[in-house]
Amino acid sequence: MEELLREYLPILMFVGIAVGIAVALVAASYIAAVQRPDSEKLSAYECGFEAFTDARSKFDVRYYLVAILFIVFDLEVAFLFPWAISLGRIGTFGFWSMIIFLAVLTIGFIYEWKKGALEWE
Amino acid sequence: MVDLWQGYAWPGLVIVAQIFAILVPLLLTVAYLTYAERKVIAAMQMRKGPNVVGPFGLLQPVADGIKLLFKETVIPSGANRVVFIAAPVVTFVLSLIGWAVIPFDFGVVLSDINVGILYLFAISSLGVYGVIMAGWASNSKYAFLGALRSAAQMVSYEIAIGFVIITVLLCVGSLNLTDIVLAQKDLWFAIPLLPMFVIFFISALAETNRAPFDLPEAEAELVAGYSVEYSSLTFALFFLGEYANMILMSALTVILFLGGWLPPLDVAPFNWIPGPVWFAVKIAGLLFLFLWVRATFPRYRYDQLMRLGWKVFLPASLFWVVLTAGVLVATGWAPV
Amino acid sequence: MIVQALTFYLFAGITVAAGVMVVSARNPVHSVLFLILAFLNSAGLFVLMGAEFLAMVLVVVYVGAVAVLFLFVVMMLDINFVELRQGFLQYLPIGGLIGLILLVELVLVIGAWVVAPDAAATIAEPMPAPERMTNTHALGLILYTRYVYLFQIAGLILLVAMVGAIVLTLRGREGVRKQRIAAQVRGRREERVELKKVPTRGGI
Repeated sequence: MEELLREYLPILMFVGIAVGIAVALVAASYIAAVQRPDSEKLSAYECGFEAFTDARSKFDVRYYLVAILFIVFDLEVAFLFPWAISLGRIGTFGFWSMIIFLAVLTIGFIYEWKKGALEWE
Repeated sequence: MVDLWQGYAWPGLVIVAQIFAILVPLLLTVAYLTYAERKVIAAMQMRKGPNVVGPFGLLQPVADGIKLLFKETVIPSGANRVVFIAAPVVTFVLSLIGWAVIPFDFGVVLSDINVGILYLFAISSLGVYGVIMAGWASNSKYAFLGALRSAAQMVSYEIAIGFVIITVLLCVGSLNLTDIVLAQKDLWFAIPLLPMFVIFFISALAETNRAPFDLPEAEAELVAGYSVEYSSLTFALFFLGEYANMILMSALTVILFLGGWLPPLDVAPFNWIPGPVWFAVKIAGLLFLFLWVRATFPRYRYDQLMRLGWKVFLPASLFWVVLTAGVLVATGWAPV
Repeated sequence: MIVQALTFYLFAGITVAAGVMVVSARNPVHSVLFLILAFLNSAGLFVLMGAEFLAMVLVVVYVGAVAVLFLFVVMMLDINFVELRQGFLQYLPIGGLIGLILLVELVLVIGAWVVAPDAAATIAEPMPAPERMTNTHALGLILYTRYVYLFQIAGLILLVAMVGAIVLTLRGREGVRKQRIAAQVRGRREERVELKKVPTRGGI
């Protein structure tokens, strides 16, 4: 346990130092440079026009679909990790167990392909 | 008092020193990667590239950095201030902390955790946040569209990367990065798993938003995408983050496929050269490939990009996972 | 040991604070960002318990995938959250009632909770030394063999999720021209190219 945690402490410190450097850089520039804001400068860029509407608007539902499909496949990958490193010990049964799992998901994959969920236009 | 010093303060200082021993060369490499990119692409286009600041233009990155430091930090009035500033910080930090687990030689690693490859996979899956946060916080249409595209793109190629990592792990039997390198003592995985190596490299290009997959910042249509509203060092952090990510992905490719710090052949002239040098040389080679690709290929169209990720790489890498596992089980080569 | 305790309180404190902020933040995007912070710190807590694999998978799946979807939804669905909040006082009594019932149920569950009799025996068993058996390995040894049915059920659930998402969201759009790569590759020279002899100064 102790050994294990000792390996993780440097990562925590690394994160701390990296955040420190990033914040220090931004702050240094904020202090060093002349800040002279005006309303034109602070308006959002839209090729010289006044911004028409709020930029945060609805968008194509496909992006949500990609995010959902990604969750499914990400979970599949998460299941594969322990399997990949213990394949030598769980042998043929473990292998076929995973093949069935993958086959089920491949059915889903073929379904989405045929339905055209992967098409972009 | 002595206990406090020997038990906590001294080990802590040693760790901090080690962290800086990684960070300082890394940031220098990042700075000179931008220089190398301009020089290499210039050479490929029969131009000179930066050659004014210092001998051969070698001080150009320094000049660029100082210039950006003294620029005004513009925060758009419609923006969400905290998230706007946090986005580049997140990108920059995520591009650095992956290096905590990278082994430079046998035993030369800051933290040798059991799940090293999973840690790197997790870090790269977080990379999408910097982009989404920037796109949303800017409250600008270009930034928003760029962020949206970028998020969907990174997410799509993440799956292919996951499957490729699995094929390598099947041949190793451990999640530890040092073990992965040591498993390649006799044969680099790039040879038996060549198709996976190619898929991984191309996915790495997409994951780091590099050409030809740089649609999120397509300058011709999205005027730099999610970073359009950024200026000064907030922009510099995005820029540095992108290049640091390139180096990290190259290092990961070297560890997974090109035998990390191992020499190509374990014979006399090759194994005189120390491991970290081999590691650096291999990374440099891959980085050159990154730049070469950028100078050579036109940008992908978005539907083609998604098609490549979902309809080509995903089935191909999944097939290779099954194939590799099948061969390993059938022959009994699977590592125990 | 002290460092370990301090880190625990750091992670736990941030997790709880972030959790409170998820509920109380006015801007829904901030809520999701705090949720991500809470996830990351729980991953830290998992590491402190020695569950490395679980910690990393938490980050990969929840932070890397699920929270991205949440962010997509709250950022871009264009819901007017000020309007949503207007009925707050009106719904307070019924909301409070549901909360109270849940609390009572939780207390009953925890009150009636007994430690399984064979759990003590399991705990007393010597743990395999962590140097030789990482917890990813240990998971791999039982997940696909001893718990094979549960594993397959998980696969079926993922299939249902995939099909469900497509059925719910996919709307075919009419009149879109798509690139058919197979047809492009199949195309022959004769169909595409026509050579014409153009007389000098004559034009076609």
